[in-house]
Amino acid sequence: MHTSTRLALLALLAATAACGAKPQPEQPLPQQQPQTQPAVNADSARQAQEAADRQRRRADSLAAAARDSAMRANAAATNAVTAAARAEAERMFADQIHFEYDKFDVRPEDQAILDWKARLLLANPSMTLRISGHADDRGSDEYNLALSNRRASAAKRYLVNKGVPDDRIVVDSYGEERPLDTAATEEAWARNRRDEFVLTASPATWSLPTP
Amino acid sequence: MRRAFSTLTLIASLAYWPTGPLAAQDSVPPEAIRVGITYTPGVRPGVVMLPGNGLDSVRAIVARDLDYSDRFEVVPTTPGQSVPRGPRTVNYQLWRNLGADYAVDLTPDPIGIVARVHDLGGATLRQEGRFPLPAPGAPEFRMVVHRISDEIVRWITGQSGSAASRLLLVEGTRIWLVDADGAGRYPLTSAADRALSPAWAPDGRRFAYTLLGEGRGPVMIQDLITGQRSAAPGASADLNITPTFSPDGATLLWARSGEDGTDLYTADVGRNCCVQRLTVGRYSDNLSPTFAPDGRRLAFVSTRPGLPQVYAMAPDGTGQELLVPFDFGATGPSHAPDWSPDGTNVVFHRELRGVPQLFVYDVAARRVRQLTSAGRNEDPTWAPDGRHIAFVSDRSGRRQIWILDLESGRLRQLFSPGAARLPAWSRRLAP
Repeated sequence: MHTSTRLALLALLAATAACGAKPQPEQPLPQQQPQTQPAVNADSARQAQEAADRQRRRADSLAAAARDSAMRANAAATNAVTAAARAEAERMFADQIHFEYDKFDVRPEDQAILDWKARLLLANPSMTLRISGHADDRGSDEYNLALSNRRASAAKRYLVNKGVPDDRIVVDSYGEERPLDTAATEEAWARNRRDEFVLTASPATWSLPTP
Repeated sequence: MRRAFSTLTLIASLAYWPTGPLAAQDSVPPEAIRVGITYTPGVRPGVVMLPGNGLDSVRAIVARDLDYSDRFEVVPTTPGQSVPRGPRTVNYQLWRNLGADYAVDLTPDPIGIVARVHDLGGATLRQEGRFPLPAPGAPEFRMVVHRISDEIVRWITGQSGSAASRLLLVEGTRIWLVDADGAGRYPLTSAADRALSPAWAPDGRRFAYTLLGEGRGPVMIQDLITGQRSAAPGASADLNITPTFSPDGATLLWARSGEDGTDLYTADVGRNCCVQRLTVGRYSDNLSPTFAPDGRRLAFVSTRPGLPQVYAMAPDGTGQELLVPFDFGATGPSHAPDWSPDGTNVVFHRELRGVPQLFVYDVAARRVRQLTSAGRNEDPTWAPDGRHIAFVSDRSGRRQIWILDLESGRLRQLFSPGAARLPAWSRRLAP
C-alpha cells in the first residue's frame, strides 16, 4: 500500500479509536478580552462571554454524553477497530527505507516513514527496536558490511534527532548476506539496499500517534 | 629451449604482464583504457614426466603441479611407455625431439621416492633428491608430494613453486580449506555459524575470521588442526571485520564497526592485550588491512575521499596517505587490497563502469594496470610464488574461484562445484 494512503487510513483508524476510548478533554476557553478594551464595555462584554461559555459547556456535555452512549453501544466494534489500527501500525513500523547505490544518507522520500516511526516511539516510551542495514551485492562483501552499518546508523541518528532516546535503538549490519531478491537487476539491487526495523520490546497496549 | 607460443590472442580477459605496453592507467579516461588481451609469446621450457612403473598417483600429482606452476610446457607422454631406468640410460635425444628441455624421473626408494631432473640439452643429471613418502591414504600424503613438486620447480627455475599451499574460502555460510590444486576440500567452521573473511596466520596453523551472528560479531582465531577457537582480543560488541595477521604473527589488525563508522584496530594476539585504535574515521570508514611482507607498512581501504580507495600507513597508524592513485570523480570505488609476498605489488579490485575488475599497483613504479575485463572479478589474493592470483569471478555464470598467472595470462578454475568467495591463499606450508 502506498505510504500516503496508509498514513490517511491510519489517521482515520486512530481517530475512531480515540473517540471510542475516552472523552476528549475540555477545549481550552478562548482568550479573555484584550486589556485595551474600553472599561465602559467591560460588563456587557463579560456577560456575552459568559453566555457563550455556558452554551459551549452545554454543547460539550451533550457531545460527551453522545460519545459515551456510542461507546457503550459499539464496544465490540470499537475493539475491532483498535486491533486493526494496531495491526496497521505494526505493518507501518516494519516499513523499510531504501538507499542509493553506495550511499547511506536518508532519502527525502523516506523521511515521512521515519518521522512516523519517531512519533510512535515517542508515544510509547517502553518501545525498543533494532535497525538492520543491508546492501546489494555490488561493492566488496566486506565493504558492504561497513556500508550497511552506516545505513542502519543513519536511520538511528535520524530517530535520535527526532527525540528518541539513543539507548532504545540498536543497529545491526548484514552487508549483502541477506538479500531480499537475488536477481542481478537494478530493481533487485534497489530492493536490497535497505534498512529493516524490528521492535525488540513494546507495551501491551499501544498509543498511536496522530498522523 | 622451446618457443611456447606464437603470438596468441586470448579469448578470456587475460593480462599482459609484466613487460607489456599500457594496460590501464588511472590518468587515462575509461574510454581509452586498453586491456592487454594479446601478449607476446612467453618462452617456457618443455618438461616431460618420464613414464615408469608404480608411483602413478605421485606422478599424476607432480605432473599437474608442474602444469599449474605455469612455468613449463608439459610434454605429454604415452601411458605405459617403457623407458630404461637410471641417470645414465635416459634417452636424452628422444625426449629432446619431443620438445622437452628437462625430464623429471620419479623412482621408488626404500624410504619413499627419489626424484631426478635431467637437463636434456646438456645431456646431464641436473639435480636429484630423496624424499620420505607417507602411504597414499595418509592425510599428509598430497602435501608431501606437492613439496616434491615445488622442489623440482626450484631445481629447474631457481624459484620454488607454490603447490604446497592451501586456500581458505567462504562457501555458503562456512569457511573451507582447499589445496592449491583444488583437491582435498573440507569445511572448518560449522554450518550453523555465518563465517566470513578468513585470513591465514603466518604459521599456517591458525586462521582468523569474522563470526557474523545477528548483524554483529567478533573476530575469531581458530586452530586448523584441533578446531579450537577463541575470540580475538579487543573485539567490540558490535561488528568486527576484515582481520589480518602481521607477517610475524604477533599482531592482529582488523576493522571495528560501530555507530560512528568503521575503523582499524590492532591487538597483540600473543599476549592477548594491547588493543590500539589506528584510524579515526568519523565521516569515513577504514577497513581491509593488508601488510607489506616486511611488516613496516600496510595498505587498507578508506572512504575518506568520498568513496573507497586504497590508502597506506605504518602499523602504528602514522603516515596515513593515499597509496593507489585515482582520478577524483572518474575512478570507481576500490576494494580488497592484497600486498604481494615479494612486496612489489598490491592487487585490488576497482569498479569500472559499475563492474569490478582486478587491478595491480606497482609500488615502486607507482603504476596501475588492469588485469581482467570479462565478467565481474573481485577479492584477489596472492599465491606464495607472487605470480599467481586467486580471485572471485562470475565469468562462468556464478561466483567461483579462479586462478590467474600474471606472467603467462593463463587462467584456471580452482574447483567446479558450488559458489565460493573471499579466498585467502596461504604461504608455502612447512611440514
